[in-house]
Amino acid sequence: MQQLNSKIPEGPLADKWSRYKTSLRLVSPANKKKLEIIVVGTGLAGASAASALGELGYKVKAFCFQDSPRRAHSVAAQGGINAAKNYKNDNDSIYRLFFDTIKGGDYRAREANVYRAAEVSNLVIDHYTALGVPFARDYGGALDTRSFGGVQVSRTFYAKGQTGQQCLLGAYSSLNRQIAKGTVKMFSRRDMLDLVIVEGKARGIITRNLVSGELERHSAHAVVLATGGYGTVFYLSTLGLGSNASAAWSAHKKGALFANPSFIQIHPTSIPVLNDYQCKLTLMSESLRNDGRVWVSKEKGDKRHPTEIPEEERDYYLERRYPAFGNLVPRDVASRAAKERCDAGYGAGDSGLSVYLDFKEAIEAQGKKAIQDKYGNLFEMYEKITGINPYNQPMRIYPAGHYTMGGLWVDYNLMTTIPGLFAIGESNFSDHGANRLGANSLMQCSGDGYFILPNTIGDYLADEIRTGKIPTDQQPFKEAEKAVKEKIQKFMAIGGRKSASSFHKRLGKIMWDHCGMRRDAEGLKKGKELLNELEEEFWKDLRIPGNDREINQELEKALKVADFFEVGRLMCEDAIQREESCGAHFREEHQTETGEAKRDDKNFAYVAAWEYKGHREKPDMHKEPLRFEHVEIKERSYK
Amino acid sequence: MNVTLKIWRQKNAQAKGKFNTYPLKDVSPEMSFLEMLDYLNMQLTEQGEEPVAFEHDCREGICGTCGLYINGRPHGPMRNTTTCELHMRSFKDGEIIYIEPWRARAFPIMKDLIVDRSSFERIMRAAGFINTNTGSAPEANSNPVSKIIADKAFDAATCIGCGACVAACKNSSAMLYAAAKIAQYAMIPQGKVEAKDRVDKMVRQMDAEGFGFCSNTYGCEFDCPKGISVDFIALMNREFLSSKACKQKHG
Amino acid sequence: MALAGIFLMLFLVSHLLTNLLMLAGDGGKAFDRAVELLGHPAVKIVEYLLFAAFIIHIVLGVILQLINYNARPVKYKKAPRTEISTFSRYMFHTGVIILVFLVIHLINFFFVRLGWAPLPETAAHSHDFRPMAVALFQNPWYSGFYVVCMLFLGFHLKHAFQSAFQSLGLNHTKYTPAIKIIGTLYAIFISVGFALIPVYFLFFYSS
Repeated sequence: MQQLNSKIPEGPLADKWSRYKTSLRLVSPANKKKLEIIVVGTGLAGASAASALGELGYKVKAFCFQDSPRRAHSVAAQGGINAAKNYKNDNDSIYRLFFDTIKGGDYRAREANVYRAAEVSNLVIDHYTALGVPFARDYGGALDTRSFGGVQVSRTFYAKGQTGQQCLLGAYSSLNRQIAKGTVKMFSRRDMLDLVIVEGKARGIITRNLVSGELERHSAHAVVLATGGYGTVFYLSTLGLGSNASAAWSAHKKGALFANPSFIQIHPTSIPVLNDYQCKLTLMSESLRNDGRVWVSKEKGDKRHPTEIPEEERDYYLERRYPAFGNLVPRDVASRAAKERCDAGYGAGDSGLSVYLDFKEAIEAQGKKAIQDKYGNLFEMYEKITGINPYNQPMRIYPAGHYTMGGLWVDYNLMTTIPGLFAIGESNFSDHGANRLGANSLMQCSGDGYFILPNTIGDYLADEIRTGKIPTDQQPFKEAEKAVKEKIQKFMAIGGRKSASSFHKRLGKIMWDHCGMRRDAEGLKKGKELLNELEEEFWKDLRIPGNDREINQELEKALKVADFFEVGRLMCEDAIQREESCGAHFREEHQTETGEAKRDDKNFAYVAAWEYKGHREKPDMHKEPLRFEHVEIKERSYK
Repeated sequence: MNVTLKIWRQKNAQAKGKFNTYPLKDVSPEMSFLEMLDYLNMQLTEQGEEPVAFEHDCREGICGTCGLYINGRPHGPMRNTTTCELHMRSFKDGEIIYIEPWRARAFPIMKDLIVDRSSFERIMRAAGFINTNTGSAPEANSNPVSKIIADKAFDAATCIGCGACVAACKNSSAMLYAAAKIAQYAMIPQGKVEAKDRVDKMVRQMDAEGFGFCSNTYGCEFDCPKGISVDFIALMNREFLSSKACKQKHG
Repeated sequence: MALAGIFLMLFLVSHLLTNLLMLAGDGGKAFDRAVELLGHPAVKIVEYLLFAAFIIHIVLGVILQLINYNARPVKYKKAPRTEISTFSRYMFHTGVIILVFLVIHLINFFFVRLGWAPLPETAAHSHDFRPMAVALFQNPWYSGFYVVCMLFLGFHLKHAFQSAFQSLGLNHTKYTPAIKIIGTLYAIFISVGFALIPVYFLFFYSS
């Protein structure tokens, strides 16, 4: 069994990172020019890492499947980005941000990583401001903040409901600057299909040029994955349709351990499913819960129009169950509470699968203009999709798959178990435990990319200064390319009848039903079986029209769906072994009398890191025990 | 509802394209426009035909990937709406819908409805950034910015880079796209420092890409899904003229 | 383009005011005096500037049109359905009509002054524009053509006025709406002003 060394430095929590940094080895500017780094993905983590590494003088090659780095799905993050600036004088601090994140993650995240993320959060805000990101400001010209779920301070910086877009465009601008300088070479419209390992080290990737269909070999001294999460495993999710697990999964198959795969966040406030052909759920930012009140009717199956349901017949169930945090409970809690009400028959809408989010009181108290200033674009978006004006009647919302806390296992240096392979942003597992707090993902992605990885990767590359350019005509590159080519030929040759999306949709339903918001051992096992059956059908009945030497979107989709069968099985496997409820992972068998998640810290305070053993083979689990030295483990209560 | 689609099909960049007609039955008014195309593509795939290639990603109007020219309008008939946010309830039963790719010399067609917008990338790479290194930023509140200016800069910064402005413009001009970025930075203290140099480089790149010139018809503003104002074009013009007037300063 | 245009717009005002003197009812005395000023050296210089402005405006207009046309080699099948001002879309077309008019106008008056075109019988000498104009305007075809051209000039100017401000970056949240209104009034003033003269000479004037 592989020994997991998380390389967490010794010393007091607050000094770990600063002390550790001074111990990291450096690479001289002259040597940096000789070292190449591949960065896959150009979202907030990838774009910031590529630009920061370029600034340092490394030769960076950045890859994205989109036509432009600006379209990565970080662009869709709405509500904000956290930092411990304490601008509101509400007694916020790095420690509090750290504590809230650990608690929000239900004590399943690594203390040292979380503290570091909180520590660099202030630098991130300074940097984005210098890059010209137009965060919201108050009348004195200082930056404004708002509050978010799971915390009692106001530490979320925002740019209306488009914070992700604005931060990403900031990172994109710094990336463009490096592209213009020639330190970063941009490869867009490329899918990473395999990782190349030479003598035990990550040395390159195989990509498919999505325009010509050609397979390409790219080599480097280190590979950084910033490829986001695998939330599209549910088919219907808040993610972009192109988001996928394949790059990270190819690394997993080559030996990188995959940690806590079942920790997947279900976001409570998405627009419910409206038609059978829907392939995407649109998120309504969590920030809406600052002013919106969540309720359902007190009467089962109430089909009245929401404005006709009088005040006393409404059940503000979040305020009722969690008086201390009310509508601002963390996402996992809010999602489950919504599901609980709907499953009990109190849900709104024809399907009964939605709850109301009401702004009537906020509009009355603050005026329509104030609400419009804060949420104008979200309200518009809601109206465009549903045809309903939320200024006049409550929104309908329902939980949807959103963010994956799980991901590639990394040590304190953000390096995976494959030497030279790093994972940053959502693609790693390290900072959010079993549940991510709102506005922490932009914070983590930017911190990883701008301020953490550029330091830690140097320590690894210090040993590479004598390596020289890595040729791509070596055997491992040839073999990897050949394997990918054969895989594609296998896809093209199936010649069945059904489209890749139709399989994806069915796969997503299996995952949602069996490995979604509430799980039990039996259902999870059943889910695995259903996945196996569907996978067999997939390999028999898939049809990809056209050929692979041109733009072929069906082939692109099929490659992704094929990996989701495996991802899904691993998620179930992980959920089965974790005999407790924590954060987003809720096991029916483990709940308190009031229906809250019941953690088992004695037996499950560890990270489950899975090792790939082959297709349909049972994976090996490695445990990284979690030690909590700076917080007291408590029942996570928002009451 | 039933609709008849007339869609531009073109095998690749070199091929000659043409319109194909696809009658589509049982379309739900609740479907988004792209879900309607997914529905068509599913049928085409199952019939063994090549599905219609079109680009999309976030499906919530923010990534700027999608962009179709629908019945004579970029992103279709609704204002301030991207193609992915457009719903079939905006169309009539039995309607004939023409779907074309963006057309501009600077946006060559790659396949069917997919165009190559890398010219936009090159405009940004010319100077669409503030020259600041990671780690060198001053404390965020050390540079106060008036709320009015910050909000205006935000309005300019909401551009999603979809290319609808070029598609709408009778001259295929990219002025609104370039202006939005130039204006965002020119308005705030962080970006002002190199504003003159920036406008010069970005405008030069824009011209080199083969976009047309602005003749102030304001079609771009009308069809911009984010409602970006042509005031920013005026601001860019002003910056550009003043950069010409004091060119020797920064050579 | 915009600067030359603004110069031309100023010229149009002075030209119109001069022409309107023909209607002064004094048998053309005021008008003749104004015409005499054309011989003044300062006016000569302005005249050269004017020619330069015309040439720059026309040449640039043609070049821009070519570039703009080329920027979209394949046109849309479905005509653009934008609800923006129609005048703005046809600046080149209205420009061409005005150019045709300008050429005829130059032949009729300016060339006569230079002695390149024969002196009409009605005129006493090459600067005697009023009788030349009267004679032309009493031809209904010519007057009709003139009025139609002025209409197109109005369309051209309506867009041109505010467009020039936009191109020069002279916009302002407060004043731009006012500029648009002034532009429309200006376009009406110029086109109606010029069109009045043939209408007057055709219907209300007898020598």
